[in-house]
Amino acid sequence: MKPSAFNYAKPSSVDEVLGLLSEYGDEATILAGGQSLVPTMNMRLSAPSLVIDINGLAELSGISSNGESLRIGALTRHVEIENSSEIAEHAPLITMAMPSIAHPAIRNRGTMGGSIAMADPAAEMPACLCALGAEIEITGGSGARKVAATDFFKGLYDTDLGGDEIITAIEIPKISAGYRSAFDELARRHGDYAMCGAAAHAKVDGLVISDLRLVFFAVGGTPVVAAAVGSAMADQTVDAISIVAAQHAVEDDLSPFDDLQCSATLRMHYAKELTKRILNTLAAG
Amino acid sequence: MTTVIEQIQISATVNGEKVTRLIEPRLSLVDFLRNELELTGTHVGCEHGVCGACTVRVNGEIVRGCLMLAVQAGGTEIMTIEGESDGGEIADLQKAFHERNAAQCGFCTPGLIMTTTELLKTNPDPNRAEIREYLSGNYCRCTGYEAIVDAIETVATERKGG
Repeated sequence: MKPSAFNYAKPSSVDEVLGLLSEYGDEATILAGGQSLVPTMNMRLSAPSLVIDINGLAELSGISSNGESLRIGALTRHVEIENSSEIAEHAPLITMAMPSIAHPAIRNRGTMGGSIAMADPAAEMPACLCALGAEIEITGGSGARKVAATDFFKGLYDTDLGGDEIITAIEIPKISAGYRSAFDELARRHGDYAMCGAAAHAKVDGLVISDLRLVFFAVGGTPVVAAAVGSAMADQTVDAISIVAAQHAVEDDLSPFDDLQCSATLRMHYAKELTKRILNTLAAG
Repeated sequence: MTTVIEQIQISATVNGEKVTRLIEPRLSLVDFLRNELELTGTHVGCEHGVCGACTVRVNGEIVRGCLMLAVQAGGTEIMTIEGESDGGEIADLQKAFHERNAAQCGFCTPGLIMTTTELLKTNPDPNRAEIREYLSGNYCRCTGYEAIVDAIETVATERKGG
C-alpha cells in the first residue's frame, strides 16, 4: 500500500503546469487535494512517473461573484465552499451537498477541481454541477474553453478533459427568484460512497414544480439527468399522485447496476425513494 | 528507461520543533512522522483515507496523514498526538477515554482524539448524533463507538462547566 516511485514538481504558474503536461503526457498526473488520487496511487491503480502538485497556484483558489454567476477556482477546498456564505446564498445546492462529501479531514484537503477531474460516479459535486447548469473552465495550450457540466462527464472516470489540459475553475449560475434546490443520498455510513444520491433544482410556486432538473449519481458511470422525471413533473403539483408518476418515470431514466454495496433492484428502489423525498423537500421549501 | 527519482529536502515544524529531512517524493506524511521522526503515536491503518487512524493536524486543520505527501508538508506546522498530549490541552479527553474504557485496543484512539479536538473546537456543545457524524471518518473495531461517544459527551459537558 505504498505508491510506486515518482518525481515531484511544484510549478508556480498554470503555464508551467501545461508545459509539464505536454512534456510528460500520460506519465504525469496533477495533484490537487489528493483525496482520490493518493488512494489510487497507494493501491497502485495509478503509477505516474511525475506528480505535478498544483497546491502552490494561489490563483486557482477562491470563490468570486461575477454578476449572474459564481466562480469557484479549481483548487478551492471543500471546507471553504462548505463555509462560504456566498455559495449558501447563490448556490445553496452546493452547500447542502457538502456535508455528504466524505469526512471533515477529507474536506479540509479535497478540492472542487479534483472532484470534477476524478469524475467518480458516486461523487456529489458532478451531479450538483449538472443540476445547476454549471460550466467547467478548462485551460490548455491554446487558452481557456468552457464546457457544460452535462457534456463534461463522458463515462466511468472519463471526462472531456484532455491529457494536456487542466481544470481552472467552475462557473455556476446564481439561483434565480422562485427556484429551490434539494439534495439527498443514501450511504452505508455517513460520508461513505453513496449507494444512490440525487441533486435537484427547480422552480417552485406554492406546491407546483416546473423546470425540474433532477440528477442522480452512483447509479451509472456518470451523473444521470432524469429527463423523464423532469417531464413528468412539468407544471405539476407535488402530491401523492404526481409523486407516483415521477417514481414510474425514474424507470425510464435509470438502468442501475449491481455492485458489492447493493443490487440494481435496491438501487432503483432507492432512486424512487429519493425522488419522493426530493419532491417533498422542494415543495416544503 | 529507468527514471531517476530525485530526493527532496523538506523542513517543517512538528510539535513546535523545526525538522529537516531529505525524502523521497512518494513518502506519505504519516510514514514521515513515524519512520523519519519516530513519532509513532500516529497510526497507519488503511492507507487510503477510510479509517482515520493517521489523522494529524497541518496548519491547524486535521488531515489524513496517508493522503498527504510528506513533501507537501514542507513549510507547514504539523501537530501530532504526541504534541497535543505534551501540551496538556487534551488531558481531559484522555482521562475521559480512559475512564469510560473508550480506548480498548487503542489503535484508533490517537486519530479519534485528534478528530474530537477539531469537533469540540468547531462545535463545543455537540449532541450524540453530531458526535457520531463528525467521527464517522474514524473507524473503531473494538468499542462499538458507544463508549467513545459517552467520553466525548462527558468532556463537552465538563468544558462548558457542567
